[in-house]
Amino acid sequence: MSFQIKKQSTKYDVCIVGSGAGGGMAAKLLADAGFKIALLEAGPDFDPANKEQRTQLRWPWESPRRGAATTRPFGDFDMAYGGWELEGEPYTQNGNTEFAWFRSRMLGGRTNHWGRISLRFGPLDFKRKDFDGKGDNWPIGYEDVKPYYDKVDKLIGVFGTKENLPNEPDGFFLPPPKPRLHELYIKKGANQAGVPMIPSRLSILTRPVNKERGACFFCNQCSRSCMAYADFSSSSVLVKPAVKTGNVDLYVNAMVREVLTNGEGEATGVSYIDKDDLRDYEIKAKVVILAASACSSARILLNSKSAQHPNGLANSSGVVGKYLHDSTGSSRMGFIPQLVDRERYNEDGVGGMHLYTPWWLNDSKDLGFTRGYHIEYWGGMSMPAYGFGFNTQALKEITGDTSRNAYGTGLKKDVKKFYGATFGMAGRGESIPRKENYCEIDSNTVDKYGIPVLKFNYTWSDEEVKQARHMQDTFEEVMHNMGAVPLGDKPGKETNYGLENPGKIIHEVGTTRMGKDSKNSVVNEFNQAHDVPNLFVMDGGPFVSQADKNPTWTILALAWRATDYLTEQLKKGNV
Amino acid sequence: MDRRESLKALVLGGVGSSLFLSSCVTDKKSPIVEGDIIEEKEGYGRTPAEEKRDEDLYSKTFFSKEEMATISILADIIIPEDEESVSATEAGVPEFIEFIVKDIPEHQIPMRGGLMWINRESNKHFEAAFNEISKENQMEIIDNMAYPRAFEENSPGPVFFRNIRNLVVTGYFTSEPGFKYLDYRGNTPNVWDGVPAYVLEKHGMKYDEGFLKVAMDPATRNEVMDWNNYEV
Repeated sequence: MSFQIKKQSTKYDVCIVGSGAGGGMAAKLLADAGFKIALLEAGPDFDPANKEQRTQLRWPWESPRRGAATTRPFGDFDMAYGGWELEGEPYTQNGNTEFAWFRSRMLGGRTNHWGRISLRFGPLDFKRKDFDGKGDNWPIGYEDVKPYYDKVDKLIGVFGTKENLPNEPDGFFLPPPKPRLHELYIKKGANQAGVPMIPSRLSILTRPVNKERGACFFCNQCSRSCMAYADFSSSSVLVKPAVKTGNVDLYVNAMVREVLTNGEGEATGVSYIDKDDLRDYEIKAKVVILAASACSSARILLNSKSAQHPNGLANSSGVVGKYLHDSTGSSRMGFIPQLVDRERYNEDGVGGMHLYTPWWLNDSKDLGFTRGYHIEYWGGMSMPAYGFGFNTQALKEITGDTSRNAYGTGLKKDVKKFYGATFGMAGRGESIPRKENYCEIDSNTVDKYGIPVLKFNYTWSDEEVKQARHMQDTFEEVMHNMGAVPLGDKPGKETNYGLENPGKIIHEVGTTRMGKDSKNSVVNEFNQAHDVPNLFVMDGGPFVSQADKNPTWTILALAWRATDYLTEQLKKGNV
Repeated sequence: MDRRESLKALVLGGVGSSLFLSSCVTDKKSPIVEGDIIEEKEGYGRTPAEEKRDEDLYSKTFFSKEEMATISILADIIIPEDEESVSATEAGVPEFIEFIVKDIPEHQIPMRGGLMWINRESNKHFEAAFNEISKENQMEIIDNMAYPRAFEENSPGPVFFRNIRNLVVTGYFTSEPGFKYLDYRGNTPNVWDGVPAYVLEKHGMKYDEGFLKVAMDPATRNEVMDWNNYEV
């Protein structure tokens, strides 16, 4: 085998690494503007309408394991090729760190299976330090991003309702679906407990936004990626039309090793390994955009060492990889006795909750923690999969029925009777970004491509633990008020109140944060590296803090804003 | 049955040869149009690595013939045939259990050990293997496992019975006959227009009037959204 590095003769205007939300948005806009793009994706091509890949509308018995989560962490039908562990691509942990790093290697990345919860950051979210003195402010505010949120809403589509809530900005909303029965029960209890519940804001087309994508047909399976393209997946909604322009060369199974630079310290392209022939290739471009995910982009930068950039590229500040932060998460399951033996109807709805709880205590000063959380809900007559029916007797006993059907027709009837009566609540909160939480290169470990891997250093602080405690108290209060019964034991101090390990909520951001000062930030407010003007980062890396809002909508808006700026710079010949 | 045939059986045992989608969308070029038929293919959207893993598992056999026979007896006692639905074996539960213990190897020792335990009980009390004793004697052993006295709840028999019951129940209710019995109505294209009125009424719930004014309207759901008069 020859190990000669293959060089592409084409020089592209822009090379984009990663085809998720940020990379997809940049590719779409730049291709529309007529630039020649190389789009690199570390996984295979993917189209949810491809029958060889489709999992939508499949039945559990089509899977011999009935959808169990043996090979895909969220079950057989979930549309993420990857997970917390990838064969041959390890990561390591420092000391007592238990960071979980989810990677999805496929066109569109994690946007194929994400929750479609599309929340705008509010004015407060960009300036939290002004109010609690912790962390840092963003160099930009809501007014800078608002026009881009507006454009994203209209291009991609999100349903919701205008609520006029402080710090939960309204947008261009498609009509929301009516709530499900368990959601009405929860709302009753929540409102009695002073906890608001409003229609959720999900990027699912309850009405089409163009003629290329179909309307939602209510199968509840956005996590399987929609063959009608009625949900937002970067592959279906952005990359597909971008490629159609003829201006994009798509490189799949292309695992980027490093960003290449010249003697002047400018980026000249990238080096990647073709996973099919395991050879090294180079792509030359005037501009490089990293959108490989916060940790992958940080890894590429830290591995791009040269004489000019001994600490890795764009890292004169030393903060590449630092300020890594994920959302907090803690959850509880419950049981609604009124839903026992319920009437049957198709209750699928959209792929996610129809109602949610936005953070409602911004004005409280005495909580013991200063950042908020929102609450997500699940429940109803969802499709059974592996694990269904495991605990029927426990539910029965809650209703005071001590009779036992250990087997037989009675057991069968019990399972049927208690179907659709359980539900769950999950808090998703803002953590405070800290320099001590970071990823770095583990110089002792390489992956199967010979690329040095990441080592994680991450602990939660008291703020996040107290927030999780508050979540658990809220869950119980809401359940009590709605007449539901919390299941299992309430997670206590010994488990940090059910606080999930960092990385588990899959909202990790902050590793290439933006700022005005090149001494303590990696990129400027337009996602452009302070040190390398023709290098941009357009994934979650540039987040200074991430609010309690899911990051995707903000990644999209910031990528659009950054691409507008980049387009102008390209036209002026500045990069 | 070889792997291909068993896969085919799983698929054909499912929805039949095609899915009829009734959703209509705005453009003919869209992948789903009223009356479109999506050809059902063998397989369920696996990556090459996943497909290979499935093939490896199918090529191996874990349970012996005798063990499978015991599993089938237990499965049909746990979920018997009755006037409303078929039995566990009819629904393919033993084959599911054979697959799942290879797929999730943590099940292997508890299952095999439990089956050994049953035969020991059977030999101790009836001087023959479980499969060979009378139905009445089998039920005696099963009742001791299924309804243990309090102090025996965590002894091998009852623990094994709870484990295998979980697998039988989950295998049954994730099968096509299980869905039919459960009266599951989802996983099919439709237009969600809220909880049926009679159900809402029964639960004393109603939709908020203000909300209904902005909620998705089935009549206009296929019209491309027009933002001209929309104010944020």
